[in-house]
Formats: sequence, structure tokens, C-alpha cells
Amino acid sequence: MTTATASRPANQQWQIHGRRAFVNNLATVAMYLAFIVAVIPLGLVIWYTIGKGLARFSLGFLTHSMAGVGSNDVNGGVYHAIVGTVEQLLIASAIAVPLGLLVAIYLNEYGGKAFATLVRLLVDVMTGIPSIVAGLFVLAFWVIGLHKGYSGFAGAMALSILMLPVVTRASEEMLRLVPDPLREAAYALGIPKWRVILSIIMPTARTGITTGIMLAVARVMGETAPLLLTAAGTLFINTNPFHGQQEALPLYVFSSAASGTPADVNRAWAAAMTLILIVVLLYVAARLLTRRDALNRR
Amino acid sequence: MTQSTPTIGPGSHRPGPIVTGTPRKARRIEPFRGITMAAAALVLVLLAAIAIFLVAKAIPSLGKDQKNFFFTKVWSPDADPPLFGIAVLAFGTVLSSIIALVIAIPVALGVAIFVVEYAPRRLATWLGYLIDMLATVPSVVYGLWGLIFLVPHIRGFQHFLATNFGWIPLFSDPNNRTSVASRSIFVASVVLAIMVLPVIAAISREVLRQVDPGLKEAALALGATRWEMVRTALLPPSRPGIIGGIMLGLGRALGETIAVALVLGTSFAVSLHILQPGGNTIAANIANYFGEAGKNGRSALIATGLVLFVMTLAVNVVARTVIHRSAVRQGLVK
Repeated sequence: MTTATASRPANQQWQIHGRRAFVNNLATVAMYLAFIVAVIPLGLVIWYTIGKGLARFSLGFLTHSMAGVGSNDVNGGVYHAIVGTVEQLLIASAIAVPLGLLVAIYLNEYGGKAFATLVRLLVDVMTGIPSIVAGLFVLAFWVIGLHKGYSGFAGAMALSILMLPVVTRASEEMLRLVPDPLREAAYALGIPKWRVILSIIMPTARTGITTGIMLAVARVMGETAPLLLTAAGTLFINTNPFHGQQEALPLYVFSSAASGTPADVNRAWAAAMTLILIVVLLYVAARLLTRRDALNRR
Repeated sequence: MTQSTPTIGPGSHRPGPIVTGTPRKARRIEPFRGITMAAAALVLVLLAAIAIFLVAKAIPSLGKDQKNFFFTKVWSPDADPPLFGIAVLAFGTVLSSIIALVIAIPVALGVAIFVVEYAPRRLATWLGYLIDMLATVPSVVYGLWGLIFLVPHIRGFQHFLATNFGWIPLFSDPNNRTSVASRSIFVASVVLAIMVLPVIAAISREVLRQVDPGLKEAALALGATRWEMVRTALLPPSRPGIIGGIMLGLGRALGETIAVALVLGTSFAVSLHILQPGGNTIAANIANYFGEAGKNGRSALIATGLVLFVMTLAVNVVARTVIHRSAVRQGLVK
């Protein structure tokens, strides 16, 4: 600290010259550049989708299906796709949310060391399973294996496989944030463990868990590949998720884009914009919920 | 509602010694515990079932395949006799993923370091969210954008690479096919790079944030510049975690279906000319070929999906283990 032991005089400590200063400045510029480079595609995608989407978007687009609409006709809409997406997401959530919550409760509240570690690893690995593999599994197991054929329900099952690990991990994180004294206080009152979990721990973590579920829904909402193999898509309104092929918003975007006619591509942009709007709304709602969450307030 | 048998531990009224930590002594058959454990076991069953059903439905076509599945470069599983192989697809999958990583890694690392060290404190969290937003855009939207916007707009750049760097075998362009818009492996890789960037950036950011601030302060106290601090104090302890993040990104790139399917379209040839039209991946082939596939075709597609499943499973298990180990080493997880 003293000038006697320091290698340079104290007044020069903050002045770095020559190559080192140059490299440091270069690195700073590189970091800023990396960020800008990363944001450019985001801006382009959003800008292009909204720009192209708004040109075709209308109320009629939301309230009409593609029944009797050719790929060169300029009318038609996404009503059938929205019906399908909503039904499939509701069913997928009905399967994945309770299951994911139970797994999370096991991992955080009950889990023995070895088994819980294994399950946790597998849940993480499941997060990385390509969505098309989930689709292939339901295809092999349900559509072909049990001869059930394509349906919205088959699609929902594939989506639930993708949702399950997300719901589980998010809920586990939230359960972990519940302070231990709360548990101990409840035990001290003589409440059985299952009751403590259901009536005290879960309500405390509720907001955070809700956020996690919304993020999981937003995540699978844009999944196309598994639905392609299971719900298979249609031009018509099919309100019965258990019978017959069903459309979904991402499927609609895919088939319209793949068709390639100008009218279809315009519809694809408008549907993509609808999809992004719903996903962003879900994300914003989830973030707002997080802010109100007592456990996450730091 | 309560258990009828008197027990020790939570739920009992009997006074006892003060139990510290979680009440492990409560060894009794609790129905709710059983339910949650069954749910946890279902995760194992599900993963096993995925493997079993893919194998079961892949076998019929593999049995009928007249050529070696791994080395054949044709795809006509519904022909008589059926001929198909995964060589072209596996090659395209690995090639496009590696190019995507080469593009994405420097940018993603830069972003992570930027958000953790360089960005103004107040903005850092929000800038992090902004990058996370990249991951929220559905892959089909990236596909649509890649096909309609990127393919024509990247033509000039592809042509520039081909004319100026054509001496690199990957960039060579016989017959000058890059002078028109080309739905090439390169474009697909750029789209993939955009999609894996937020994955790598998010994991790296978390890992970098967990580095002991004492290390950074020590480096700065020794007179290191900010970059020298990043290079000597921040990056070395984060390396395993970052590698794990990169592998997760690899897993995502290997399995990405719809964006690649839209950008590449259908073709079936091995080509090292990444700037020229053509190329295909396992996942994209499933999406593009599924509509016209017959019974044997679907089974053959399931066989390729099985290969993809095994590939991504291996990559993910290794990635998660690496991340977990690095977390343990830093004392974050027991």
C-alpha cells in the first residue's frame, strides 16, 4: 500500500498506457458490439412480423376459418387455429401442471437423496428433448400404436411432455424459496406434513408457481413440430379435440409459409403476429405477477 | 383427516428432543408422499417409454431396409424395395449445428459478459430480458422470417463469401450458384445461431454472475484493467458452466425442426458447399417428409427420430452433468 512497496508511484496507478489500454478498450467495444449484434435479429424479426402482419390483420382474420379458401384467395383466417391452440393448451396444461407440481413437491419436500437427484437430472434432460421427438413418441404410441389417429388430444399430449419439465423446475425453484421457519412453525402446531404442503407451502409459493406455469404455456404455444405429427392440421373448424385432425396457430403459420403463394405468405405473417402477441402478453403477465410475488421481492 | 396411528415427528403431539433440519424421522406410510413419488417415477417411465416406443416403431422399417441404414445416401422408404439411410441427414444436422455454434458462441459470450460486467447496473437486468426475448419467439416465426426475409437478403453476403473466400473448401461455389438467392445450410445455420444464442447467453450469464466477487476485486486491486479482470478472474472459474451452456445450445440446434424445415425445404444430397442450395437435417426431414410418408415411411422417420433422440439425450446428459459439477465446485449446490 505504501509507495515504498508498490511497484509504481501511487499517482500512476490508475493510468494504464499502451497496449494494455488499447486491448482493454478493444474488449469494451467488442462487448457492446456483441450485444448490438444479438439484438439486431430480434429487432428485425419483431419489426418484420408486425409490419407484414398488420398489413393483413383484421377482425375478420380472427373470426374466419380456411374452409373453402384457396391458397391464392385473399380472404380466410385463423379462427379454426385459435380454437385448436386454446383447446390443446388447456388439455396439455391439465395434464402437465398437476403432474409437474407433484414432481416438484416430491423433489423439494420428500425426495430421498439419490432418487431425487436422478429425477432432477432426468427432468433437466427432458427439457432438452427436441420437440419433434415428443411428437414422434405420441405418434408411435398413440396415433399409430393404439390406432387412435390424429387429434387435438394427441397434440396436447405431446405438448404436455414438453411442458412437464418446465413446470416442474419452475415450481421446485419457488418451493425452495418458501422459508423453513414457516414449515417448522406449522409442524410445531402438529399439522401433518401433507397438510402443511397443501395448505401452507403451496399457497405461499402460489404466485411464483403461476408465473412458472404461464411461462411454460408460452413456451409450448409456439411449438409446431410435435403438432405436425399428432394434430396434423386442417382447414376446417374442429371443436372436438378428441376426434379428427385439428389446426393450431403455429401449424397454420408453417403450412401457409410452406405453401409459398403470396396470399398464403401474407396470412402466415398475420398469424405469426397473432402468435407472438399472445406469447408476449403471457410473458408480460407472468413478469408482472413475479413483481407482486412476496417470495421474489429482493 | 389425520393419520390414526401415533407417530413421532411432524404431526405428533408428543414432546421430544428438538429436531434440527428436515424432520427425517417421520418414516411412516404417508399416502401423499406416495402420490408425489409416483409422479416422480413417472418421469423415468416416460423417458423409458419414449425410447421403447421409438425403437418398437422403428424396427419394422429397419428390417425392410435394403441398404445399410447408417451409410445410405438415399431416402425412398416407401419404394419397393425400400431404400433409405440417415447419412445425409445426420451429416446436415451435425454440420449446421456446428456452424451455428461457431457463429453464436462469441456473440453469446460477449452478451453474457456485457450484461454482467459492462452494462450500466440499472439497465443490466432489462438488457438480459431483452436477450431472453430471443428465446420466446416461436421457432416457426424464425422459419418464416428466415425463408422470406433472410434468404433473399443474405444473398449478397453469401455471394461475397463465395467469391472472396471460395478457396476455403466449405465456401467454394462451383457453377456459381450463389449469385441467386440460395436456401443453403449456411442460412439455416444463421437462423439456428439466432435461436441458440439466448440459451448460451442465459446459462453463461448465470455462471458468470456466480463468480466470487472477491476474485474480481482481487484482480482489480492488483491493477488489472477491466478486460484483464474478465480474462483472468471471471472466465476461468466459469469455464465448465459455460461449456455446459454451449452443449445445451448444441442440443437445441441439433433438434430444431421447423425453422430449418422452412429455410431449407426438401433436398437430399450430401454437400460440403454450405453456401449452395441444399442440405437437410434429421428433424427438418421429418417435418417436410411426414405429409407424404406412407406406412413404412413413417416408421423410417421414427427410426431417424430415434437417432436424434439418442444424440440429444447424450449431449444433454453430459451438459447437465458438467453444469451440475461446476455448481458443486463453487459450493452452490450440495
